[in-house]
This record gives sequence, structure tokens and C-alpha cells, in this order.
Amino acid sequence: MKLIYEKSVKGRRGLKLPAGDVPRAADLPADLLREEPAGLPEVSEMDLVRHYTNLSRRNFSVDTNFYPLGSCTMKYNAKIIENTSALFAGSHPMTPLLPGGEAFTQGSLALLHGMGELLAEITGMDEVSCQPLAGAHGEMTGIMLIAAYHRAKGNRKKYVIVPDSSHGTNPASAAMVGYEIITIPSAPYGDMDLDAFRAAMNSEVAAVMMTCPNTLGLFNPHIKEICDIAHEHDALMYYDGANLNAILGKVRPGDVGFDVIHVNLHKTFGTPHGGGGPGSGPVGVKKALIPFLPTPRVIKKGDGDFALEKVNSRSIGRMANFFGNFGVMAKAYAYILMLGREGLIEVSEQAVLNANYMMAQLKDHFDLPYDKSCMHECVFSASRQLKHGVHAIDIAKYLIDRGYHPPTVYFPLNVKEAIMIEPTETESKETMDAFIAVMKEAAAMAEKNPEALHEAPLTMPVSRLDETKAAREQNVCFGPW
Amino acid sequence: MSYCPNTPEDIREMLAAIGVASVDALFAPIPAGLRARSFALPDGTSEQELLRQMKQLAGTDRPVTGFIGGGYYDHYIPAVVDHLSGRAEFYTAYTPYQPECSQGTLQALFEYQTAICRLTGMEVSNASLYDGGTALAEAAMMALRVTGRNRLVIDGSVNPFSREIVRTYLTNLGVEIVEIPARDGLADRPALTAALTDLTAAVILQNPNFFGSVEDLSDIALTAHANGALLIASVYPISLGLVKSPGAMGADIVVGDGQSLGNPLSFGGPSFGFIATTKKYIRNLPGRIIGETVDKSGRRGFVLTLQAREQHIKRHKATSNICSNQSLCALRGMIFLASVGKEGLVDLARLNRDKAEYAKGLLGSIKGVKLLNTAPTFNEFTIVLPKDAAEVAERLLGKGVAAGVPLGAYYHGMDNCLVVTVTEKRTRDEIDALAKELEGAL
Repeated sequence: MKLIYEKSVKGRRGLKLPAGDVPRAADLPADLLREEPAGLPEVSEMDLVRHYTNLSRRNFSVDTNFYPLGSCTMKYNAKIIENTSALFAGSHPMTPLLPGGEAFTQGSLALLHGMGELLAEITGMDEVSCQPLAGAHGEMTGIMLIAAYHRAKGNRKKYVIVPDSSHGTNPASAAMVGYEIITIPSAPYGDMDLDAFRAAMNSEVAAVMMTCPNTLGLFNPHIKEICDIAHEHDALMYYDGANLNAILGKVRPGDVGFDVIHVNLHKTFGTPHGGGGPGSGPVGVKKALIPFLPTPRVIKKGDGDFALEKVNSRSIGRMANFFGNFGVMAKAYAYILMLGREGLIEVSEQAVLNANYMMAQLKDHFDLPYDKSCMHECVFSASRQLKHGVHAIDIAKYLIDRGYHPPTVYFPLNVKEAIMIEPTETESKETMDAFIAVMKEAAAMAEKNPEALHEAPLTMPVSRLDETKAAREQNVCFGPW
Repeated sequence: MSYCPNTPEDIREMLAAIGVASVDALFAPIPAGLRARSFALPDGTSEQELLRQMKQLAGTDRPVTGFIGGGYYDHYIPAVVDHLSGRAEFYTAYTPYQPECSQGTLQALFEYQTAICRLTGMEVSNASLYDGGTALAEAAMMALRVTGRNRLVIDGSVNPFSREIVRTYLTNLGVEIVEIPARDGLADRPALTAALTDLTAAVILQNPNFFGSVEDLSDIALTAHANGALLIASVYPISLGLVKSPGAMGADIVVGDGQSLGNPLSFGGPSFGFIATTKKYIRNLPGRIIGETVDKSGRRGFVLTLQAREQHIKRHKATSNICSNQSLCALRGMIFLASVGKEGLVDLARLNRDKAEYAKGLLGSIKGVKLLNTAPTFNEFTIVLPKDAAEVAERLLGKGVAAGVPLGAYYHGMDNCLVVTVTEKRTRDEIDALAKELEGAL
């Protein structure tokens, strides 16, 4: 498909602007003036609408295709939450920061405060900051809070421990805050090797970052012990909430002994991914860390009104321009209120049921490195198919031809040829059965006709793309202009 | 309520296939002692009741006529932006790791990167960051990586929130940050130059700056480069319809907030941050980058490229921890720019400036009111009142007019200063009313 720039025709206009109702101002001085207008497209509104409508049709999406995508909870995004967040679209974030301005934004502030309270109850934490703008941003905020905690106590700490199965963001976030990383291998039973962890633990460890259930979909039975060992060394426990969808109402990380958590509203709480954002990554903490939370912090005053605590000398400071991705929070808040206590418990129960069903139906056809009851996702390996020269990526691409977004492949890194499947609770048995049939078909093809899998996908606007060429040529901007 | 489709019959069959007696049995791997101690949430509700409840909450916010900016601007959003970005195929898609079934998102983001390059006069852009402030912090960290130095010089007229984000991000990294207070609302050139040493990684400026003043930064770029430092410029994209591009001024890294490009105010988010630079620094850019390539039959296609910089490959050695960006907001930005178009952006920028100049003339002629400086401005300007601006702003707010941002909370000694913003959405009548109310409040 042509680029919008290739459809541009000199002199063609889209949006009609209002006529000015004030006198024309004198031009800016010549040395400040732009020489040429920026080379933006010149298209009619019809061209524009057709272009992006047709582009959109070159995407898979949750609304059009099943996304059995491990580690990223691609559940259905309820439509009503869009209507509710739109109610706040016109609210300017500077308003509450003006003198007397809080009184004008009590609704928005109440929503932020209420969101924090709901998430605190869901995760077992004492207070939640909604400021972080995405999961990884939440991780970074959380690690900064931990650094501030240690600094205030005069602790000398320089390491953060992560298991080798962790999301890449965990070590990257800790490194952004200046920590050195200690990676602990997984034991044959799939969880972080407890002995290796014990051996690595020392007084210079600031934090241990865990996902539980982990990226293999396994709930670590030693998690309490790990928390206890960390605390003995005054290291804090960080909970990566990416997999929270598995345990709503069943386990609260705060009860287990975690000190800091981030949650991904665009995973567990049903807000749309938007092709890679916006997300939202609120951070919850235990009491000892509250003084360090980012400012401005939303507080409820004695009279029931909401206010912003703008200055706090112990705070880590500001992590975003304003109060977080409010529009995303408005959606997640609506989602939580709509599902309520029982609905959220049902989410986890059905998510775990669906994942175990998927695992049971496919384990005779694909290797299952950790053959035990999983939580919300399960990880297969294409090692059996590899004997026929078929890689996990070939199976993934075949699934595209059959109308499925592929599972996450090659992650976690500790499973060879990993195929990670998370059906989520919003998929029906029929949808899963149809997918299971296609997965079995792929396994049979790997034996009989592996070449066909190497060619996939054939039904998309493009076949497999030359990524080496892209990286070598670095053509990231259309030109010349 | 929930969105779980399985019937009791489905559930029975699935449990039988798994070989367990109940759903609860699936949670057996969780030790009994670790079960949730509480889960005291409200009962669920229906769509209809939820909507009523949310409307009631939103109704508690009181509308104001806004002459406030501070990094977020009340611009008109063309109807096509909501309609096209709301297409579920964009809205409910995942990060485009699988390019064959994600060409829609990938091509749109490639078009976005192109628009950002052309707007800023730079060679490469990524596919967006979180917001303008975090983009500035990422740019600062990028400059530290590129130069291998550990000192930053930042102009005091950069948005105070963004400066605070930079400080917060760098707290634990042993970076020295030198802030040079603005002089009369303009960059203090002698002080900036004096602060440059052979350890300085970058000089950070904003244009138009927080006071609204527009400056040519070319001379500062030259000075920075002569000292081996980079120039980081934070810009307001709508202003680039008129104002010389930061690329033409010699900036090495350009950032800004994309809210003004088709994203609603929405109480501060989501918007997107943009970051653009020159080709030689592309490997040091944080975040996602979309690249053009071909498939086996030679057809053009787009992929996430240079992923070896990123956290999911490089882990703790990545250029940034960023995973999700703000794709949908960037898409909105692209649709906005294509809707307004090449000549339209010039007209839109002029409309903003015309209205702001009209307001500046009116407010500046009120007895006792002065302009902070005589520098050119775009759609924001700072006035100096004969009394405390916070008091005046609060009084006007009581009448439903957010007259501007009083500077006392952000700048020592500027208690009487008020930054007034006028976008194309404000009418002459509203501006006239502002002048009248302000005069009455003095």
C-alpha cells in the first residue's frame, strides 16, 4: 500500500480551519521563521479516511482475531469503558495545580484516588501511585522507591536480583536506576533455583524482582521463603504484576511479603493495547515506602475532599508530567467497578481454567518442559518439531495464515523454541477448540510437510520480511523531502 | 458481571479434559497459607448503572474557560482522529512483533516517524515515548551514552515539570545537573556558556520556553558543539508550523509532547512523547523504531528494527527499559497532522499566534500590567501583574476563568508573573472577557 505521503497532491486540503476573529498579527522576525512548511501530507479527508481505514485492515486485533499471546494478557476490551473515559476528555491537568483549582477537579481527583484504593485492596498494598505511564515505567518507579528507602536508611546496596525467566524490562529497569544485576538460573522444576538464590543473596542486594506466577505460568511454592530470605538482608521484594490476571482474589502479593508492585492496567484490567500503548503502570507500596512516592500525590482530606500533595522532601520526585495516563485509568476503574469482587475472581478462575485446558489438549502434540498444573499461561517447546527442521517461528507464521495471532515465541529465554500460550478468560471453549485443532494440524504438518511451514504466511499483504535489510539500511523515515 | 463466555457445561467438559474435579483444584499449587487475606471490593454492576455512576463523577468536575498550558494545550481535534484511531483493528491490536499481520500499525508508525522528522528537521525518529517530560529524560540519558560524559546543563526556562522528571530519572546515576536560571524569561547565554565544561554531555533548552518566549538557539548549538556537547531541544509541535525547526537551529536531539497533536487533555494523559535525532545516533535512540524493508517477493513492508538495543533482547544492557510506547496516541498524532496538512499546519500555527498576540496586546495595555520581556512569542506569553498572580488567578478561577499559570510556585521571585496561553479554540469574546475580568481583579 502506498504511504500517505505518496498520495499527497500539492494544494489539496483536509480539515477546514475557522476564520480568524482577531486581527492578523505581524510575522515573527525572519531569523525565527521556518523557511519551508514541514512536508506533511496534502490529502482530502476522503483520502485520509480511506488510507487509514485500509491500513487498519492490515492488522490483526483482539476484535478480529484470537490472540493466545503469553505474557501479555490480550483479553477482550469492553466497549463501555471507552464511553466512560470519554467523559473526562476535556479536563485540563493544570487546573488542580492552580491556586484554588482542586475544587474544580474533584471528580477527576476522586477517580484517581479511588483507583489507588481499589488497586491497593486488589494487591494487598498500603498505597498506590497511579503516576507511572506503563509497566516498565512502573518498574523503574518502584526500583527508585526502593533506592530511596535504602538511601534514607543509610543502606549500602548495589545489586538487584532477577530470575533468568523474568521479563527483559525487570533487569533493564533496575539498570536504569543504576543497579548491577544478578541473574539467578531456573531450577529443573521451573522456578528460580532456591539454592542459587540463597547463595547469591547478600547484604548488598537492594531488591529481588519476581513475577509470580512466573513467565512459565508456574506459581512458585517457595515464594514466601524467598521473601523472608530477602527481608533478612533488608532487601525489598518487587512484584512484577504482568501476570496478575492469574491470581485476582486468590493471592495478594502484599500478603505474601512483597513490598512494591506494579500492575499493567492494559493487561489485567482490560484496557486496549492500541498496537503497543498507551499502557498504564500504577505502583503499589507497603507503608514504609509511602513517604517516597512520586509527587504530586492525590490525598483525601479530613473533610472528604480530594487534594494534591505537591511537595514532599522525601519523595523521589516526579516521574511523569502530570498524574499518569488518566484516560487509561478511567477505563480500568470502570472495568473494576463493573466486574466487582465476584467478577474479578471469576476472571482469574476462568483464565486459569482456559490455560490448563489448552495445556491438556496440546501436551501430546508439543513438548511441555514443565508438565504440571499451570496458572494463566503455559509454555510449550517446539523441540520435537525442530527434529524436522521446523522452528517455533514457523508454527507461529502458519497460525497467521489460519487467522490466529501467534503465541509469544522464544520467550521465556530459558525454554528452547518456546511457545507461550495465554488464552485469557474471555475466550470460549469453541474458540480454543478451533485453535487447538489448528495447532495439532501444525504439529502434523511439521512431520509430513515441513517445507510448507517455512513458507508461511502466504495470506497476508506481505510474506516474511527481511529484517536484516531493515537493520542494515535503517530506513526509518520516508524521503527525500 | 464479567466477560467470561464459558457455560457450566463447557466448564464441566474442560475440567474432565484436564482431569481435575473443580476449578478450585487448579489453584492447588498456591500454598494454603498464601491465600488472599482480603478482597473487599464492591459488587459488580451493569453497563447502564456504571455509566450513570461515572457520569455523576465526571459531573463533579467544574468547567473552566482555559488560558492555561504548561505543556498541555486545548486544541481542536478533528473528528477523523477519533473515528480512525478508534478502528478496533488499531485500537485492540498488540505491539507489532509479528509484522505480517501488523502492517497497519507498522506503516502508520513509519508515516508518523516521517512526520516527526519533517516537523523537527531531523533525520530519524522513534515510534514514540510516554510523554514530553519522560522524552526529555530519555534524551538526557541518551546524550550521556553518546558522549560518555556525566554532566548536563539545563536552562531554567525549560518546563519545571520536565526538569523535575530529568532530575528524578538521574537521581541514582551520579550525574551532575547544572541549572542555569533564565534571565528575563530568556536563556542566559553567558551563564550557559560559562557552565560548559569538557564533562558536559548536553545543553538542554525548550523553545518556545516555559514563559512563551521564542528564541533562535543556533548560537547555543554552536557553543555546545564547540565544547563537544549536544544540544537537546524540547519543542511544542504546533509552533513548528511557523517557527524555524530545531534541526535548522542545530539541535542534536529533539523531544516534545505530542498531546497537542490530536490527543485530548484527559486530565494529563495519555499523550505521547516524541524524540528525533540525527542518523549517527540512531543506535542510541530509546524505544521502538520502525524500519522499511521488503518481503521475499520484493514487496515493501515494515518491521520493528534495531531491536537488539531493546530490553527484550539486551535486558540490563538495553538503551532503555521501555517496552510499550504510546502507539495509539502517536497514530492520533499522525492522523491529526495529515488532516491539518502541510499548509494547514502553518495556518493553524498562525491562528494560534494571532489570537495570542491579540490577547497580549489587550492584557499588556491594562494599567499596571507589563510584559515579562519583548521577545517574540507563539501562543503563550508572560505578564507581570502589580500584585500576587496566584491571588488574582484564584479570584478569576472562581468566575470560571483559568486565566493562566501563576509562576510563584515554580520560580523564586516571580510571584507576580502569569503565563497566559491562547489556542485557536479561544474566541475573541473569551479573550475580551479575560481582559475585563483581569482588569477588575487588579
